[in-house]
Amino acid sequence: MKTQYQKAWFFVLPVLLLVAFNALIPMMTVVNYSVQETFGNNVFFWEGLRWFEELLNSDRFHAALGRQFLFTGLILLIEVPLGIIIALSMPRKGPWVPVCLVLMALPMLIPWNVVGAMWNIFTLPDIGLLGYLMNTTLGIDYDMTQSPFAAWATIITMDVWHWTSLVVLLSYAGLVSIPDAYYQAAKIDGASPFKVFRYIQLPKMKQVLTIAILLRFMDSFNIYTEVFVLTGGGPGNSTTLLSIDLVKIALGQFDLGPAAAMSLIYFAITLLVSWLFYTLMTKDDAK
Amino acid sequence: MKKRSLIPVIYIAFLMLPIYWLVAMSFKTTNEILAGFSLFPQSFTLENYATIFTDPTWYWGYINSIIYVSLNTVISLAVALPAAYAFSRYRFLGDKTLFFWLLTNRMAPAAVFALPFFQLYSAVELFDTHIAVALAHCLFNIPLAVWILEGFMSGVPKELDETAYVDGYSFPRFFTTIFLPSIKAGVGVAAFFCFMFSWVELLLAKTLTAVEAKPIAATMTKTASSAGYELGLLAAAGTLTIIPGAIVIYFVRNYIAKGFALGRV
Repeated sequence: MKTQYQKAWFFVLPVLLLVAFNALIPMMTVVNYSVQETFGNNVFFWEGLRWFEELLNSDRFHAALGRQFLFTGLILLIEVPLGIIIALSMPRKGPWVPVCLVLMALPMLIPWNVVGAMWNIFTLPDIGLLGYLMNTTLGIDYDMTQSPFAAWATIITMDVWHWTSLVVLLSYAGLVSIPDAYYQAAKIDGASPFKVFRYIQLPKMKQVLTIAILLRFMDSFNIYTEVFVLTGGGPGNSTTLLSIDLVKIALGQFDLGPAAAMSLIYFAITLLVSWLFYTLMTKDDAK
Repeated sequence: MKKRSLIPVIYIAFLMLPIYWLVAMSFKTTNEILAGFSLFPQSFTLENYATIFTDPTWYWGYINSIIYVSLNTVISLAVALPAAYAFSRYRFLGDKTLFFWLLTNRMAPAAVFALPFFQLYSAVELFDTHIAVALAHCLFNIPLAVWILEGFMSGVPKELDETAYVDGYSFPRFFTTIFLPSIKAGVGVAAFFCFMFSWVELLLAKTLTAVEAKPIAATMTKTASSAGYELGLLAAAGTLTIIPGAIVIYFVRNYIAKGFALGRV
């Protein structure tokens, strides 16, 4: 049981100040922009909720939001089961385990624009390894800059390459914490591998999996650099995800008001979904 | 058993392919790259690496990145340690709300903050300095560090604290000589994560710098767009950005799985 101790606030104070400086002031700026119109020169006009209304009724926003949900949904559907399968098939002990883990974690340590550039080089139709294999060896017409389907397949594959290891490492951490006695008991009871998974491994992985899903949701929903470097949002607008559209509006067209309104709605959606996950997670902590 | 261990092998091979292609590309000459497909470098060259190590705009990009990443790691850990201790040991007014609010900053899309950050750091005259990027990255690294450290600290029984106080240890002495060594792994893992996320983030780092503190990754973007098709050079720069990550990951290799679970297994 934790002790009640109000002075603990002093321990938290430096964190609070630093994060507040970085979070609250920019957030106020965004809120400020979102209700005004500007034509440059620091001249602002009050617009009220106009930008929010326009945005919520705009097809462009709906399309970008739809693509964003499709992307995040596909990412979770592929990476979570795949990550669990790989973690289950890893040896639990042995000299190869640290080697495997380090190699698996490597993609996550590469700067995001390098990830984009790397996949660009990898998929170039004539001189990239994947592009060459697909076009010349397999005879499949594959060009990311022409076909929206190829572009989508590539960004999904890139993200699977980049982040599945996170799910693997988390699930693996959950699996190795299961005492051997559990497996022995299951063996004596003659439990099938599926039953072992369903009643022993899955419950033990539940908490780490929630963290994995939470992190994968947040990061895939906010993805910008990798996709931008790889496809630039194209061909056409087919891979213009929410954040890419936002940066286009804010820094490309310099429409600060609409961009700010979009930022707030964007953040609110992320927050809402993450809050749901977090509530689930802390409910487990309390047990 | 044999069949099962094939899955990780295939997966790792899939992970290594694009990396191999990047590395192979970095040893090729521009002529060879443009001439067509070749699985291995035909005319092996170190030219691309030589360019990076002799041109100050290239190697300073590296030094800049390492400076702000290190600064960020130190700042994040220094403030996150006491905060994580408070969250793991005490209940205080608003603790749960505060913890969730900290986490929300990990969720904020960097794209949302790019422009306001530029204005904020220009206003306090820190634009284009290493400390600006280090502070900006605190936005998502401090919450993460608090989260990880809190997980590891909660694994240390509270009796340890109580025994130390009974033995007459003051709080600072207990914290530095007894408590910190017992969560060594957690500190290492938290440092690793701060390093990692600061190293891979580019949008904010690019927004907050122009010349003096420009990160290596931004130098690369510029080359990609201005110099046209210098793929070999780009590949060499990319290959070099993988090395620091590979080095730090080696140090935490035994805690990596537990670390990714934020100390909660």
